Amino acid sequence: MKVYIRSTGNISPQHSLNPDAFFSSRISTTENYFKSVEPDYDRFVDSKMIRRMSRIVRMGVAAAITCLRNGNVENPAAILTATAYGCLEDSSSFLRRMIEFEEKMLSPTAFIQSTHNTVGAQIALLLKCHNYNNTIVHRAFSFENALTEAMMLLQEGSGPVLIGAVDEITDDRHAILSRFGLYKKTGEEGRNIAGEGAAFFLLESQPGGSPQACLQDVQTLYEPESVGAVEHAIGNFLDENGLSMRDMDLILTPHTGNKKMDEPENHLLNSVFRGKACFPYKSLCGDYPTAAGFGLWLAALLLKEQNAPAWMSGIRFPIRQILLHNQNGNEHHSFILISALD
Amino acid sequence: MSAPVLIAGIGVVSAIGMDTGSNLQSLVTEKAGIGKMRWLQSAHAAELPVGEVNRSNEELANLTGLSARYPRTALLSAIAARETLLDAGWDKPDSSRTGFISANTVGGMDKTEEFFKQFSKNPAAGKLSQVVHHECGAVTELVADFLGIRHFVSTVSTACSSSANAIFTGARLIRAGLLDFALVGGADALTRFTLNGFNTLMILDKEPCQPFDENRRGLNLGEGSAYLLLASEKGMRMLNKNPYAMLRGYANANDAYHQTASSPEGTGSFLAMKGALDKAGMKATDIDYINLHGTGTQNNDIAEGTAIRLLFDPAFPKMSSTKAYTGHTLGASGAVEAVYSILAIQHGIIFPNLRFETPMKEFSFHPVTRLMKHQRIQNVLSNSFGFGGNCSSLIFSAA
Repeated sequence: MKVYIRSTGNISPQHSLNPDAFFSSRISTTENYFKSVEPDYDRFVDSKMIRRMSRIVRMGVAAAITCLRNGNVENPAAILTATAYGCLEDSSSFLRRMIEFEEKMLSPTAFIQSTHNTVGAQIALLLKCHNYNNTIVHRAFSFENALTEAMMLLQEGSGPVLIGAVDEITDDRHAILSRFGLYKKTGEEGRNIAGEGAAFFLLESQPGGSPQACLQDVQTLYEPESVGAVEHAIGNFLDENGLSMRDMDLILTPHTGNKKMDEPENHLLNSVFRGKACFPYKSLCGDYPTAAGFGLWLAALLLKEQNAPAWMSGIRFPIRQILLHNQNGNEHHSFILISALD
Repeated sequence: MSAPVLIAGIGVVSAIGMDTGSNLQSLVTEKAGIGKMRWLQSAHAAELPVGEVNRSNEELANLTGLSARYPRTALLSAIAARETLLDAGWDKPDSSRTGFISANTVGGMDKTEEFFKQFSKNPAAGKLSQVVHHECGAVTELVADFLGIRHFVSTVSTACSSSANAIFTGARLIRAGLLDFALVGGADALTRFTLNGFNTLMILDKEPCQPFDENRRGLNLGEGSAYLLLASEKGMRMLNKNPYAMLRGYANANDAYHQTASSPEGTGSFLAMKGALDKAGMKATDIDYINLHGTGTQNNDIAEGTAIRLLFDPAFPKMSSTKAYTGHTLGASGAVEAVYSILAIQHGIIFPNLRFETPMKEFSFHPVTRLMKHQRIQNVLSNSFGFGGNCSSLIFSAA
């Protein structure tokens, strides 16, 4: 079942809260991490409340409120939050104090905000929204599985669903993941940079307001046995939607810049994606498990504007159909189909 | 009428037993599992009783063949998940559309705690093998790989209501025709992180807890794991057995009151219970038994009780909290209590609310205090309410 993307709100390492600014300048980094361009949060939430929120909660809440304002919806029928890592800053902070003070003299604040459902809960609290509320936390499937749930809710007759992908970079996350050899070292070529962001969407079963694009389908593929299985899954997925690769005007690819991690993707570029216009969306938001949220935002923007920033080359407009591919460690592959409005 | 969601298998590990049979035995013999902590190493060992699973990590690993270095939550999860599949006679990882939707609240935090002992002093120190399974989803995948389920895997985390939400995520996938089988539930091991977190909130009882009692003092944390194998009618035909029960109703609502406290009027709890009744097409009087969330904290029990009064007054069903047996198993509790609810239907029994002494002065009803046998139990309502205002209710019915 096709659903409509009524509006979006995205805080990312690019000027994504303001599409005009996004079109006019691309932000790049020389670091091996890419942090979000954060807005003045007073525009979204009472400043007393902001002070009590950790960075991931601020980003999530502000992106969600932007999305609701853009969509002119006050209270969604459901709130779905996807996060792979959850509230790392508060988890680390509580953990460090617990160890340092040997389980004595601890304050509850960090613990209270460390639970994975904090972002979704804070959005509900701000909106006084008693409706359906769920948090999905499955690595690089978190956002994709939340999308599946949103589409099922809409199929069951639900009103607008607010859904978002949220993950944050913290010093501890970056220090630990760097030790796994994931990221480039200073000046190193073939780089992979850590990323973060909060991308929210209002999805509807019927076109209300002025929708940006249609979300047609989403599929996950866990631990494919070979790159051949990935190719097969892509073919099946398009087929089930009555489409073929010929119909795809743009592929948003999950290239990270890390040679080893990009191996499966490079193979696809020479097989099923050969000759297609492709753009590596993680070059704009960095690498993190829920980056497909940024990818979906980019897809919806390109389909609505029927235009790309000057710095993004190789896309011939008009475009109707985008395939968004997410891939993480070759264990998690996902495919999202997005199309222009009829 | 939506397609039925059938319960084809169940499995549970908790402080009162390593499988469904031993849990049932403890429930009917009124044997609680709350006591002094033995395996969790904590500065609070002497003062805070817990509902601990009575096995070391090595013993749990031996039961499954998994590594004892895996997070304890994964070990607990693997045991109950495997029991569930065996119980259902499910052995079709490749020829069926089976999903694994599991819940937990802190993933591999027990190992991360070990890692941080070194890492917090020196960012180059600490064994990386201790953090590879930190994410909630990583714990689910260890077990998905153990079981051979790859078609659909997901993890839900909404604090204390996590596994209730995992259960109806699976039900929804079945009703949408996306899965034939959904192995749903959750797991959580005791960790210093959660123990200390709850301790800072001053809601832990230093004695065995007394849910829904006027003089209740707080909750005991527990640990465990439980799963249900949900099947569509088509899936059920692939198994050579009859279903235990059906999942008829489910609903999720948000209290939208406070990050950790429930609203005094129990708005979220009321909406979840009412929503589940509506979904099932039932009236309040159709419910024969409520398995309460009943943590034993001042705040939960008054909020839950107030919502029950609003929904059920004057005809209150029989009710009890089984957390006096198991402690509050957090992300596992919705699934542990779902299994107990199904056992109640299957055996026609209502479990007592252990240690209950004094009715709460606010209410005219109180929980069941002695095991009740030979009951006709058609419909059970099971509540799971949690931090972040996330409230969920499930309704199980005789098949």
